[in-house]
Amino acid sequence: MAELNGLKIAEARDALRKGDVTSVELTEACLSAIEGAGALNAVVHKTPEIALEQARAADGRIKAGNAPDMCGIPLGIKDLFCTRGVASQAASKILDGFTPEYESTVTRKLFESGAVMLGKLNMDEFAMGSSNETSTYGNAVNPWKRGNDEAQLTPGGSSGGSASAVAADLCLAATGTDTGGSIRQPAAFTGITGIKPTYGRCSRWGIVAFASSLDQAGPMTKDVRDAAIMLEAMCGHDPMDSTSADLAVPDFEAMLTGDIKGKKIGIPREYHMDGMPEEIETLWAEGRRMLQAAGAEIVDISLPHTKYALPTYYVIAPAEASSNLARYDGVRYGRRAPLAQGDGITEMYEKTRAEGFGHEVQRRIMVGTYVLSAGFYDAYYNRARKVRTLIKKDFEDVFAQGVDAILTPATPSAAFGLGEMKEADPVQMYLNDVFTVTVNLAGLPGISVPAGTDRQGLPLGLQLIGRPWEEGDLLNCAYALEQAAGFVSKPAKWW
Amino acid sequence: MSIDQGTAAKVAKLARIRVDDADLPALAQEFNNILGFIEQLGEVDVEGVEPMVSVTPMRLKRRKDGVTDGGQQDKVLSNAPDAREGFFAVPKVVE
Repeated sequence: MAELNGLKIAEARDALRKGDVTSVELTEACLSAIEGAGALNAVVHKTPEIALEQARAADGRIKAGNAPDMCGIPLGIKDLFCTRGVASQAASKILDGFTPEYESTVTRKLFESGAVMLGKLNMDEFAMGSSNETSTYGNAVNPWKRGNDEAQLTPGGSSGGSASAVAADLCLAATGTDTGGSIRQPAAFTGITGIKPTYGRCSRWGIVAFASSLDQAGPMTKDVRDAAIMLEAMCGHDPMDSTSADLAVPDFEAMLTGDIKGKKIGIPREYHMDGMPEEIETLWAEGRRMLQAAGAEIVDISLPHTKYALPTYYVIAPAEASSNLARYDGVRYGRRAPLAQGDGITEMYEKTRAEGFGHEVQRRIMVGTYVLSAGFYDAYYNRARKVRTLIKKDFEDVFAQGVDAILTPATPSAAFGLGEMKEADPVQMYLNDVFTVTVNLAGLPGISVPAGTDRQGLPLGLQLIGRPWEEGDLLNCAYALEQAAGFVSKPAKWW
Repeated sequence: MSIDQGTAAKVAKLARIRVDDADLPALAQEFNNILGFIEQLGEVDVEGVEPMVSVTPMRLKRRKDGVTDGGQQDKVLSNAPDAREGFFAVPKVVE
């Protein structure tokens, strides 16, 4: 057997059932891997006592029989999820010291199914970023490096800590959230699998809100089977989230047959971008060939409004963020800035928010404030909502033509170096999400699957986009792609 | 559309984020870059298009208008930077 922390969920589940291993042993292996991985800065609040207590309970449950699949599986939890009694600060200084009195629905469901929490994971502040460089905890680091180059690379963002922790085997899997690509982009940068389900599949209750009409939670795992197993445990209707879908949750794992004969896969011509590295184009063509060889029918399609997805996103997401983040005022939770003699309530708000929010978060709140302000609401916000309708219609049209799934690159490049984008215009950083953001705007499920490496040995991912609520079918397509691509590389341990 | 320092200051005020005067020119420049990027949306023909309200066509569920929660003042206040005598405390608001 591989090192215990290197196991996948399915392998661990089967080993636990057979009595070959205990959850306590798995958990201890992960905790010691975490202890040795400080250089990755992936785990920012460790919870070993909770983990061991949960693991002991899971072992009892497994012994008694009939334990759910996730029982005894050690996970990392993104810092965006509120976890009762454990620091949950969305990687922001403004939530320093915040300890929720409640549990997010997704983590509650995972823990009820017996999963074990190893700790909270690094991320971009309030999930705003594509490189994990906006975190109050400092950068999370990608376990992958460019050949023998010492330069530290980004694990992507915003779920950078989750991606780094899974890729480095600090946990068996992790939770992530995705507002514009925050699960899929870091998964692609670290050679792991990440799925964002259909909007409404996972309850948003207890997840710190960024842009409520776009946010969705999802699993980040070592392969597609694990994604199927963990997603099933995370989703389901929740009365606490009015946008949570009241739909039955299928047995996603049972749908992984690998048979995609006769499936129609669309290749959107608008996703060929100027200046895209040739390696990405090659990988995409390779993915097309692999799906075809597996029996799928490949069709060229058009999603004409693709080009407007990023600008639409950068109106809608900041607008919603400016409203959601109004709650951080230094009154009810988190930090309040020190006040001077005679400061009133307005000074308290202004100083608290200036001191507590990082630069990128401030910028987005202010852009959102501007596009929602009197005189600009129609020109920016309402127009963006109309374009969003058109972007969604692009997808509806191709699905109506019988397309089952859409194949695209996951990211326009491999992982870049930490600090390399420091001098760049914020818009340059936003381009990371060019292939993923359309999926959030249209509310669709999307999955990133590692499919190859670039010439420096860094992993590259392909994205499959599915029909709404058809995660099972999408996971099966991803499974076929995974089988064909045969990506098994792991980063060489340097940390 | 170009944002001047006065507009940047007004937006910061509306967002309740204190920005030093010295930082306003850079902030205005950043706004202009981002808004320049957003301007492309002006090219799209949106005549007769409904603005999106909900990404998944669903009727929001109604629930009984009843008290389902409460009686946990201590928990509500447990994370407050300043709580006194069962209340959130803030600087003086009314003279």
